[in-house]
Amino acid sequence: MPQLAERQRDFAAAVLDAALPMPAGLVGPDGEPSLKRFAVYRNNVVAGLTEALKDAFPAVRRIVGAEFFQAMARAYVVIEPPRSPILLDYGAGFPDFIREFEPAAVLPYLADVARIERAWTESYHAPEASPIDPGALAAIAPEQLPMVRLQLHPSTRLVRSQFPALTIWQMNVGDGVPAPVDFADGGEDALVVRPLADVEVRSISGSSLEFIQALAGGASVLAAMKVALAADCRFELTADLTDLMQVGALVGYDLEQGNGAREPARPA
Amino acid sequence: MSLPSSPITDSVPPRGGVGLKAEHYRTIIETRPDIGFFEVHAENYMGAGGPPHRYLSAIRERYPLSLHGVGLSIGADRPLDRDHLLRLKQLIERYAPGLFSEHLAWSSHDSGFLNDLLPVPYTSGTLARVVEHIDQVQSFLRRQILLENPSTYLAFTESTYSEIDFIAEVARRTECGLLLDVNNVYVASTNQQWDPVAYIDAYPLALVQEIHLAGYTREADDKGRPLLIDTHNRPVDEIVWDLFAHAVRRIGPVPTLIEWDADVPAWPTLKHEAERAEAIMLVTQSEPKRHAAAC
Repeated sequence: MPQLAERQRDFAAAVLDAALPMPAGLVGPDGEPSLKRFAVYRNNVVAGLTEALKDAFPAVRRIVGAEFFQAMARAYVVIEPPRSPILLDYGAGFPDFIREFEPAAVLPYLADVARIERAWTESYHAPEASPIDPGALAAIAPEQLPMVRLQLHPSTRLVRSQFPALTIWQMNVGDGVPAPVDFADGGEDALVVRPLADVEVRSISGSSLEFIQALAGGASVLAAMKVALAADCRFELTADLTDLMQVGALVGYDLEQGNGAREPARPA
Repeated sequence: MSLPSSPITDSVPPRGGVGLKAEHYRTIIETRPDIGFFEVHAENYMGAGGPPHRYLSAIRERYPLSLHGVGLSIGADRPLDRDHLLRLKQLIERYAPGLFSEHLAWSSHDSGFLNDLLPVPYTSGTLARVVEHIDQVQSFLRRQILLENPSTYLAFTESTYSEIDFIAEVARRTECGLLLDVNNVYVASTNQQWDPVAYIDAYPLALVQEIHLAGYTREADDKGRPLLIDTHNRPVDEIVWDLFAHAVRRIGPVPTLIEWDADVPAWPTLKHEAERAEAIMLVTQSEPKRHAAAC
């Protein structure tokens, strides 16, 4: 008679790998093995996990169609089942899986659309924080502004794409209507943030992405601006700061003093 | 007889309730329907923030809440996930649910979280493990949990206990309460060729603090025998309503939940199912009450 641990090890392995034989000793009411009964568990596990991906990646599903998505998701769930019982968090590795998934290679932008959807999900469930008052930055003396370190909302995510992935995503969620997209127009970068209840997804320039990424890494406004200008000399600090403030992506700031001490600023 | 209703208190009243679905958040907040309670899957509210918590907080202010875990993996032969226990504790502190229930099943293994309520063999080894886990959960959360009877599709040849004896023994050793899922009784009884009425009659009914009702899907096994799947994707079957009435005759009204988790219907359809459960509880004279009336 198998011990419980052994029983569950074999059961789990056979549930995830349909090529493995059904473990012995699993029977119907007549005491005989019943593959069809075991298959219910196989199907429940795979269907439950693919359903979670379906909910989390609606645009990817719409682009490739239900049947293709099901096959792709099925391939993913058996090699990368969730590590935690919190299914809200499942699918972090799905965009990378799509990038390597040979049958999807004809849609080179698909992985980036998936990354936007993943960023959306992460943003949706991120911790709460209150955006600072739109007048707050105006209260900082202009000569101090370069030294300020800005705190981004914890729901802030950035997605860079060499394809028009954001446009393609927008056409394939909600009431979006798919239309021809010209790849010659170049790539699109996106800012994803949930300042209050709703997730905002915005197109941003490449230099803005560099700027926000540097801020997220703890750089001062001056240091982040240098990074952004290195990417594109047309970067405009004031416009970018205003945009970040208006979308609600800023939740606080620190003034760095000349002597190196940091003084937490009071919200204006 | 009128059913008690006190939406602000922590206790869940013996009325009809429904599983809270995101599709219905707005309708519930905007129309404030008269419903006994809501139940949520704990794992759906384990994100750090965002709209799910906003909606649940608003709904919790107006309705009693029952918390139902689907990921603790009590039946697994491996230590309970401490992080998961801690998250459950935080949810319980935040939302103060009147009831907290989990399953006699396992779902986590070294390979990961399998996202299904997998069955356990009913042996003394499993019993010891399940009892140890429920003791840990109850002492960590500092509250009683309700254990739900499973829907099963097959049996283990090594089982030495009947399902009911196994559950009764777990409850006796841990002093946990029980959640009687009447749909699971019918699904398991059909699949295992048991008598569902006899199942309910033999169940430790005095410990039942909540009932679940749901819809199932009918298939057939390799030999053409009926194989019912616990799909939660349609109305409660008539035969399950009859079994429910039978259970209510035995134990009286208890908080009764309609579980409808896939192909979720429009709100009125779901509410109607809860109202039907409530109507059955209102018209069904329970045996304890009949006895009391005779005295």
